[in-house]
Amino acid sequence: MNSTVVRALLARGMLAGLGAGVLAFVFAYLVGEGPVDAAIAFEEAGSHEHGEELVSRSVQSTAGLATGVLVFGVAIGGIMALACCFALGRIGRFGARATAGLAALGGFLTVYLVPILKYPANPPAVGDPDTIDQRTALFVLMIALSVLLGIGAVLLGRGLAPAWGNWNASTAAAVAFTAAVAVAMVVLPAGDNAPKGFPATDLWEFRLASLGVQAVLWAAFGLLFGYLAERVLEPGPARPEVSALVG
Amino acid sequence: MAQSTAAPTPTTPVLTPLPVRALVPWAVFFGVLMLVLLYFVGAEQGATALVSGEGVHEWVHDARHLLGFPCH
Repeated sequence: MNSTVVRALLARGMLAGLGAGVLAFVFAYLVGEGPVDAAIAFEEAGSHEHGEELVSRSVQSTAGLATGVLVFGVAIGGIMALACCFALGRIGRFGARATAGLAALGGFLTVYLVPILKYPANPPAVGDPDTIDQRTALFVLMIALSVLLGIGAVLLGRGLAPAWGNWNASTAAAVAFTAAVAVAMVVLPAGDNAPKGFPATDLWEFRLASLGVQAVLWAAFGLLFGYLAERVLEPGPARPEVSALVG
Repeated sequence: MAQSTAAPTPTTPVLTPLPVRALVPWAVFFGVLMLVLLYFVGAEQGATALVSGEGVHEWVHDARHLLGFPCH
């Protein structure tokens, strides 16, 4: 019985992730491709070392972009669905939708927002190919730290809540998380510089677009998955009437 | 939602946690599978490569940049 619920939620999580990926792809195509093209133009103006194109720009910016964002959405959806299965009924008196929403918010913060504050998204032309190993390792380390500290903060908050009350416990957990993240950011080495002459506005536009892509993806996932999960977990008596009215 | 606020007893039903025992097989198998997908979107043919060449990297190039992963 319980295993069936997990399976149902996992499938819906991946489906919600796919839907969120479609929206994020549309956003990325409309808003993100401009800054990417600007960065590639800068790169090509500076050097001609690029050989023949393996994948053309028009494919990279459409089918390639869609593949990457959709697969990312499905993967995040699956992982978050499993995380929600664990979180349901364990993080406080939250229903299915609120749990999904809070999990998506937590995921967005710890998997994307906190790590990129230290190691921001970089457009083509920014980042030395010789340091890709180190940059990848540091980025993954930053995500792992941020996720683990986030889980630690939730456990701390749950532990303090009976004695301190929900508000104070949540505040203490948030402060502890922020302080620990700040220490990690100070200790870890800095990221790469942009090449000389790279326009600061292009860099900012690219990073803002990247933030937008991820925000759309996580928000859409939280809302879609919350809706689907609620129908699995809380089939209330009022619901058939509502669906009959809506049609 | 409007119905539940109008109801005389607007108590949120407390969800019973799913037992960890029911969760583990799914989490292990699909967790690993999803991480492999993330690896291929985010890092394959960057710092490490399972498939030779540049095809995977070039195909997901724009997504990798815009999702925030380090890329070449």
